[in-house]
Amino acid sequence: MAKIMDELAIKRALTRIAHEIVEKNGGIDNLIVIGIQRRGDILADRIAKLLQEIEGKNIITGKLDITLYRDDLSSIANQPVIHKTDIPVNIDEKTIILIDDVLFTGRTIRSALDELIDFGRPKCIQLAVLVDRGHRELPIKADYVGKNIPTSRDELVDVHVKEIDGVDEVIIEKRVI
Amino acid sequence: MEWKRKDLITIEELTPEEINLILDTAEPFKEILRRNIKKVPPLRGRTVLNLFFEPSTRTSASFSIAAKRLSAETMSISTSTSSVKKGETLLDTARNLEAMRVDMVVMRHSCEGAPKFLSERIEASVINAGDGNHEHPTQCLLDLSTLRENVKTFKGLKVLIVGDIAHSRVARSNIWGLTKLGAEVSVCAPPTLLPQNIEQLPVNVYYNMDEAIRDKDVIYLLRIQRERQKVGLFPSTREYMNLFSMDRDRLKKTKEDVIIMHPGPINRGVELDGDVADGKHSVILNQVTNGVAVRMAVLYLLNGGNKDEKII
Repeated sequence: MAKIMDELAIKRALTRIAHEIVEKNGGIDNLIVIGIQRRGDILADRIAKLLQEIEGKNIITGKLDITLYRDDLSSIANQPVIHKTDIPVNIDEKTIILIDDVLFTGRTIRSALDELIDFGRPKCIQLAVLVDRGHRELPIKADYVGKNIPTSRDELVDVHVKEIDGVDEVIIEKRVI
Repeated sequence: MEWKRKDLITIEELTPEEINLILDTAEPFKEILRRNIKKVPPLRGRTVLNLFFEPSTRTSASFSIAAKRLSAETMSISTSTSSVKKGETLLDTARNLEAMRVDMVVMRHSCEGAPKFLSERIEASVINAGDGNHEHPTQCLLDLSTLRENVKTFKGLKVLIVGDIAHSRVARSNIWGLTKLGAEVSVCAPPTLLPQNIEQLPVNVYYNMDEAIRDKDVIYLLRIQRERQKVGLFPSTREYMNLFSMDRDRLKKTKEDVIIMHPGPINRGVELDGDVADGKHSVILNQVTNGVAVRMAVLYLLNGGNKDEKII
């Protein structure tokens, strides 16, 4: 097990992502920050807070649970637990900043895009991730990346956050089979 | 906690953890029902068959909507139009349907144990939508889900079920479900409408409604079927109303924040006054809405059955 990012590194990466979001979109008007359960929504809250500090304006946040849109539901033995989806406003014509902790195969993001489109027709969707570990299986690319980490397929990348795990860190370890 | 069962036949056999898993799973589905596009894809390609050997509007519609919201195909067969009329046995009907590769069967039957009989003989998941006087598990689950929105805890919650307990699968499922979660259940009815071995059920028994309602947090009225009066189980509807109806006057004798429930369809004025049914204490329409969410949760968790557990 190796620690790739500590609390400070995560904070710096999120701060940079927040500045890039402001720069790319010329402010935060018309933006909605939506995090994917169960770590992405916590990172989304942090990025939203940073955006508010940078621009001095409020920003709307939401959270998305993609379980029901997974492409492997019919093949796995037991049904995964569903968490809450909360999109508080109409997303038509909005710019959505979609946030997840780790970008890997891209299948989670595919599910999230399908689910978002069921809520409305946003002007555009941009993707921000704390870690991009490669091995994409779908044509999906992040607009904002905290850290690129080259990995092998048999490794696990875990993002831990204080709110759930009691500590802020990104670790990498061998998959135990 | 993971769901392991192939079927949902009774509440009696479920653990409190399993009940809570269904109730927790129903919560996110309530949000989906408030969306503009109320359809999600987890059961794409699955086929759910509604097999109703008894008339039903609400339950059958609720299961169909739930299955459609989850993107499953649905098909309904009622006995009046099926080969049952031609003398086909239940097992033959089921085997034929299974040969058509149905994944889940939602079944209502007037015989106690019919869904269990079927579940042990076919590969598809079977959901009991009411079997005779035995159980109606999804009704209980939607009642629990509705109660959970209105009370802090089931522990020590005082629930009174009033009416035809003897012939009510709703009462039986709710007695099991509520007591498993820690509620204290009482029943109130004329002795002729209580089951013979009532003392074997974990309930307190009242014969006097005015006494029974005083300290209860929840009062659950059951539908009084007029057919029961015709066979002499109570002398007249008017007498039943005088003694057991939940009307405006009786409502004044209850706790101030009492919750009024009814599984529908209501006989307005018989077991429940129209004013009370539509009043601020009533959660009856929430029960109906939650019925769809709870049935979505059950269909999602069963998902055509865990492959390892299947017989054959």
